[in-house]
Amino acid sequence: MRSSRRAAFWAFLLSANAVRAEPILSPTNIFAPVSTPAHEVHSLSLFVLTITGGIFFTLSALLIYALVRFRSRPGDTAEPPQIFGSTQIELAWTIIPVLLITMLFLGTARVIFAVEDAPKPKAALEVVAIGHQFWWEFRYPHYNVVTANELHVPVSSAQSYRPTFLKLTSADVMHSFWVPRLAGKTDLLPNRVNEMWFDPQVVGLYLGQCAQFCGPEHGKMLLRVYVDTPAAFDAWIRAQQTTHADAKGANAALSVPNPNPVAGFPVNTPPTLGGTNGDLANNSQAITAPAGQQVFEHQACINCHTVAGTVANGRYGPDLTHLMSRDTIAAGIAKNDHDHLLRWITDPNDLKPASLMPAMHLTDRQNEQITAYLLTLR
Amino acid sequence: MATPTIPIPDHVEGAFDETQPPKFRGTYLEKVHGWVVTVDHKKIGLMYISYALIFLLVAGAEALAIRVQLARPENTAISPLVYNRIFTMHGTTMVFLVGMPILFGFGNYLIPLMIGARDMAFPRLNAFSFWISAFAGILLYYSFIGGLGLSGTGTAPDVGWFAYAPLTEKPFSPGHTVDYWAVSLLANGIGSIGTAINIIATIFSMRCKGMTLFRMPLLPWVYLTMSGLVLVAIGPLTAAQVMLLVDRYLGGHFFDTQMGGSSILWAHFFWIFGHPEVYILVLPAFAFANEIIPVFSRKAIFGYPAMVAATVGIGFISLGVWAHHMFTIGMTSFGNAFFTLSTMLVSIPTGIKTFNWLATLWGGKIRFTTAMLFSVGFLFQWLIAGLTGIMLSVSAWDWQLHNSYFVVAHFHYVLVGGILFMIFAAIYYWFPKMTGRMLNERLGKWHFWLMLVGFHLTFDLMHVPGVLGMPRQIYTYQADRGWTVWNEFISLGGFIQGAAVLVLVYNMVHSYFRGAVAGPDPWDGWTLEWSTASPPPDYNFAVEPVVASRRPLWDLKHPEDPDSAVE
Amino acid sequence: MGTVPLQHLQDEAAWQLPSRGRVGMYALIVAETAVFTIFVVAYLYYLGRDQWGPTPKQVLELPIFNTVCLLSSSLFIWLAERAIEHDNVKRFSLWWGITFLLGAIFLAGTAREWYKLIVHDHLTVRTNLFGTTFYSLVGLHATHVIVGLFLLAVVLALALTGRIGQKHSERIQVLALYWHFVDAVWVVVFTVVYVVGR
Repeated sequence: MRSSRRAAFWAFLLSANAVRAEPILSPTNIFAPVSTPAHEVHSLSLFVLTITGGIFFTLSALLIYALVRFRSRPGDTAEPPQIFGSTQIELAWTIIPVLLITMLFLGTARVIFAVEDAPKPKAALEVVAIGHQFWWEFRYPHYNVVTANELHVPVSSAQSYRPTFLKLTSADVMHSFWVPRLAGKTDLLPNRVNEMWFDPQVVGLYLGQCAQFCGPEHGKMLLRVYVDTPAAFDAWIRAQQTTHADAKGANAALSVPNPNPVAGFPVNTPPTLGGTNGDLANNSQAITAPAGQQVFEHQACINCHTVAGTVANGRYGPDLTHLMSRDTIAAGIAKNDHDHLLRWITDPNDLKPASLMPAMHLTDRQNEQITAYLLTLR
Repeated sequence: MATPTIPIPDHVEGAFDETQPPKFRGTYLEKVHGWVVTVDHKKIGLMYISYALIFLLVAGAEALAIRVQLARPENTAISPLVYNRIFTMHGTTMVFLVGMPILFGFGNYLIPLMIGARDMAFPRLNAFSFWISAFAGILLYYSFIGGLGLSGTGTAPDVGWFAYAPLTEKPFSPGHTVDYWAVSLLANGIGSIGTAINIIATIFSMRCKGMTLFRMPLLPWVYLTMSGLVLVAIGPLTAAQVMLLVDRYLGGHFFDTQMGGSSILWAHFFWIFGHPEVYILVLPAFAFANEIIPVFSRKAIFGYPAMVAATVGIGFISLGVWAHHMFTIGMTSFGNAFFTLSTMLVSIPTGIKTFNWLATLWGGKIRFTTAMLFSVGFLFQWLIAGLTGIMLSVSAWDWQLHNSYFVVAHFHYVLVGGILFMIFAAIYYWFPKMTGRMLNERLGKWHFWLMLVGFHLTFDLMHVPGVLGMPRQIYTYQADRGWTVWNEFISLGGFIQGAAVLVLVYNMVHSYFRGAVAGPDPWDGWTLEWSTASPPPDYNFAVEPVVASRRPLWDLKHPEDPDSAVE
Repeated sequence: MGTVPLQHLQDEAAWQLPSRGRVGMYALIVAETAVFTIFVVAYLYYLGRDQWGPTPKQVLELPIFNTVCLLSSSLFIWLAERAIEHDNVKRFSLWWGITFLLGAIFLAGTAREWYKLIVHDHLTVRTNLFGTTFYSLVGLHATHVIVGLFLLAVVLALALTGRIGQKHSERIQVLALYWHFVDAVWVVVFTVVYVVGR
């Protein structure tokens, strides 16, 4: 199990970073920047490392020399000459650090102002990020798009420079948005809006996670940022803008049969292929999307979740309108497929022990039905 | 006019009270009673130290539990709820129930002896401070079984040691977890303020004849600065805890973000306490180094006035740097730049101290006793901790490093590599004075080398996952992040350190009963505590000493070349 | 033989150290100042950020009489210090008693103010940020007045039973220091809450 996961990871890493030839040790390495703020910090950090490294080698060489040279020899009991100090020397080693600090400070100040006070270009993409215990809500106010945990942004290149400006806030406690390869972290606080920006220059998937302790499941509040080509990004936005009211009109999404009937179900479970929608929708025994939607809408699910175009309009949990357009569930901890969805719905604590989503204690069949429904939310 | 003198043991007749007090042979209960009602600064100091060492073992065990959980990705050895309690308790315990009491313990024990006094200024306040701190520690640990009772889960606090609001507010932390934490720290803070007042009054008002402020050994100077910091830093913590309790019990809104309260205000209040607190903990470690390094280099401390100035300077600067814990909270660029600069300024006096220790070694005849080995380890590790500190003060870089394992590695470098190493050095150095028995040097060397290897394995490597994006306070991590192999070795190092501490415990117990008899002055020391018996009698000095220089015992041992002639 | 003569101390005769009580009280005052500072900062920070009333402008009245009582008590405690220094126990008890009385009047005034705020203006700790910060800050000060009054009462009882004399002058002064501090804090609280904040 573990080794297969590890293999999957390497495969994923290679595909995600196919553009970058060099190995980067970790998908969250701060020394592998792909966006201006992260680049700025990276080059500053190399400057600081040079100075502190110089101090380290000088002083540890002096220390080791002193320890070896001035060790007491056996048999020598006389006291060494007593020296009480020297004002000149004290002055010298006060002034040198002052000079070093001046250099470090000026270097730092430049980056602080360059990153924090960067002007916002007109073309910039604006996204509102809202931290929740223990997931992320992303709203694109100009596009009327809402999604969760997986942020899509366009790549910035010389031809089309389109940085992303995030407005960060929190619905409950403090969180912190950190995708190391894109930018430093910025906290999300209730009652306050913080800002940060990045302009990724390489298409790919960038990982991160919440970096401010926010409660029991802080460790499983992961973040994924997909940097798309402008065309792919526009396509993604268009797909996200559709609602299920549109889809219902065509009766398309809901008629997709359950592709994976699960072993162990009664043999008299009606076949879900073909047939008319009306029959299936009314058959509460069938493991079909319409049956699942019925269960979904008659349970407390809709108090917390939104499926645009249906009666589900809760805001406490992630928006599920385009659930299946996302690669992961539960804030990035599991693949978004039938098996994981089913496990998650059956008992969220199985994957995420202190998740705020309760186990609804439905029957196995109902869980299957809801899963079938969710699988249609593309 | 009487000739000012200090009696020197073994040289001076009448320096010791020769009439042996009748050996106390009370019952066990009477002995305990004697300790409970004591107001003697030495006994209180020893109680502080023992209390801290017990909690050191407890919090160390918690650290190992953390390392077990993090050794593998997606480990399920410890559930997230329990894990969060454990790291909260580990941090809170190490800072408030280990760091503070052990340093207060040494201060209590040593300051009156070093300044030639017979007790602290307020002996009963001293006892009160200790017992209220002890109560605080017990209260904090009672939380494991308190609240929900023995019904199963227990309610130890689980909000992190800096307990950011509004996670600590009723809606997010129902039950009594946070209440235990707040009340315990409140009580502990009262004890700390009491002891700080006591130390200040003792140093100003109880010095022996001739001991002007600038003839004091450096240890009292450092404790004076540290106590001043306690006064101004614990107040904000106490105030913030009261506000939190007002919110939780009276329905107030100080940190209630749903009613317009601010979570940033808590962060400010906590770190106005929290950063000076770091210096409160580290200054006594400097104090030990100031005493131990000269004695084992056989040279006077280099640049005494500069050391005093640097100490007081650190004290003042450390009051203006707190927001470097908040570079990512959304401060203005000006605020970030200001706190970058103020934080970097701390490195100047700290650098002066480091250079002076180096200059003290220079030209000396260094004796590598266990105490000195730990001091050398401290010097080296303190250098690295200072340099990673400079890296973190670079606020732009801190946007990446903040709340990552790099920070965890940095502050453990300070707390373990710096402070704990110096505490171990102090134990080896003053154990003979406190018990009259030497600690076993052979076991001491084992302890040192195991500790050194374990420490570097754990905390050198710990910087790496931080740079690779691993945030702190997470109970598990994904296998795809490339952090696994680092964490395996970090955990291994943790257990080596655990073994080292067990060697120390064995050494202390063994030597207490079987160790070589120390005599009054086993290290050929220079400060007043070595002029009296080991352990010192209740009244410390048979004759109140009179001093004429910073190293009164040097003057006595080297009448041909006394310090008093050159100062 | 046996003792080693050290360099002669010129200032030996003048070896004077400050009184430990005074040093201790000053240290306590520093710590208390830090606590009050935080509450004052919180008060000022939340000033005018309430989501709903009542606001300070609507409900607070200037406690002039109260303030005069408390501040003048500092003068009387100073007279009492002078009296005990000259071993005049009778006069000491008189001035000390007046100090106590003025402190008690202040406390009663605060109680009346709170009664009005709670019963007539419906302002409690729960009401809004103003309620939370106001009761905390003024309450913290009032707590210090209560502690002070208790200590004053103990000394008054001892004085009236004839157990106080000139030799206690030092300790009386240390206690008086605390009372002066409590008065000084009121000046800050008064300025912040009733002048700036209204």
